[in-house]
Amino acid sequence: MNGIHDRGGMHGMGPIRHEENEPVFHEKWEGRIYAINRAIGAWRKWNIDAGRHAIEQIPPADYLRMSYYEKWLVRNIGLLLKHGLVTQDEVDTGKPVSGSQKATPPLTVANLAPTVAQRPSYARPDADAKARFKVGERVRTHKINPTGHTRLPRYARGREGVVERHHGIFVFPDTNAHFQGEQPQHLYSVRFRAQELWGESASPRHSVYLDLWDSYLEHA
Amino acid sequence: MTDDGKSLDRRGFLKRATGAAAAAVPAEMHAQDHGHDHQVVPSDPALRTKALESLLVEKGLVDPAALDAIVDTYENKIGPRNGARVVARAWVDSAYKERLCADGGPAIAELGYVGAQGEHMVVVENTPKLHNLVVCTLCSCYPWPVLGLPPVWYKSAPYRSRAVIDPRGVLREFGTELADDVEIRVWDSTAEIRYLVLPERPAGTEKMTEEELAALVTRDSMIGVAKVAAPRGGKP
Repeated sequence: MNGIHDRGGMHGMGPIRHEENEPVFHEKWEGRIYAINRAIGAWRKWNIDAGRHAIEQIPPADYLRMSYYEKWLVRNIGLLLKHGLVTQDEVDTGKPVSGSQKATPPLTVANLAPTVAQRPSYARPDADAKARFKVGERVRTHKINPTGHTRLPRYARGREGVVERHHGIFVFPDTNAHFQGEQPQHLYSVRFRAQELWGESASPRHSVYLDLWDSYLEHA
Repeated sequence: MTDDGKSLDRRGFLKRATGAAAAAVPAEMHAQDHGHDHQVVPSDPALRTKALESLLVEKGLVDPAALDAIVDTYENKIGPRNGARVVARAWVDSAYKERLCADGGPAIAELGYVGAQGEHMVVVENTPKLHNLVVCTLCSCYPWPVLGLPPVWYKSAPYRSRAVIDPRGVLREFGTELADDVEIRVWDSTAEIRYLVLPERPAGTEKMTEEELAALVTRDSMIGVAKVAAPRGGKP
């Protein structure tokens, strides 16, 4: 979707505010909502792409106003509701509806270490997918404007670049975010000259690399 | 479990999820929250998070001890010191550096740094003529096992907007001036590949141990917004 989250190349957002000795969490609730996010994710009712898409769907003015973890709070409540883990009444009252059965959490201290340390992979090396492009080939990104989730940012649509690296076969976020299957595709690192992205006034010694799926690309 | 909420539209989703309290905070206070003035609107998300946690615990959906352990992990165990050790090892061990730059994941795993958001690692090396900078323009992708959780500025609108279009201007804001003939490569983390910058080893560190070198390496240098400064006071 052409959302406010797709920030590359926008102006007027003000200076970058670097904070010396920044704490990991500025307030206790930020750490709690981060941890809740990990713990409810262990129910595996949704996936990382659906989680990102839920943040993209926060209306633009709210997206810019909210702090980072406030967006996570809103996203998590939305996902819990959408996937039936809690009801609106429960969110409003903070109490389980009477008579509801108590579940057993999938993420516990006992299995936390492997959960944090394991390497859940988004690669699908054995998937049946054809690589249409080779390293060194010139490619052009499609001019697409999907209303759903995509990882092809606006600033890089309809642009020419060169395939610099082949990453392998990976889960395709554009379908996975909508529970339409992983539909794995080949993934490439594609190099774009800044002048191709931003015009002739850009520096010739500046380029931007994006990781792009096979179906985003055509031969140039 | 019920199906409630499945048919929520976006407005309804937000209205219900944010609640009425947010609307009570004056607009000018929100405006100040643009950066990291978290103190300005603390109570509302803090209270809502507390209520949500208590609901989820009571329903048996989350284990509060697991939440404590996750917070402790990212506050105290996983952070940029991990990445600094990777960099220092690469500076002192050329065979390790070769493995690291050829295939980041296994080389980083040799030091024990694996896990969520570090599943597919690529290491990009800075040289006197080449500078790498990492961003995520679409969300906040960041290599957690080696750098921990990202700082606020990395996730903020200004950095995500400008890193790809004006990297020199961004670097200047961090006090990093590059000569005109230096090539800049910006890595926009659009997939599950996570990038770690291998900064240049500063001059005057030839006699330092791996541990001393690791202490010099900053988080910002591994994102690519800064260089590693030569040691102050000049160790011989």
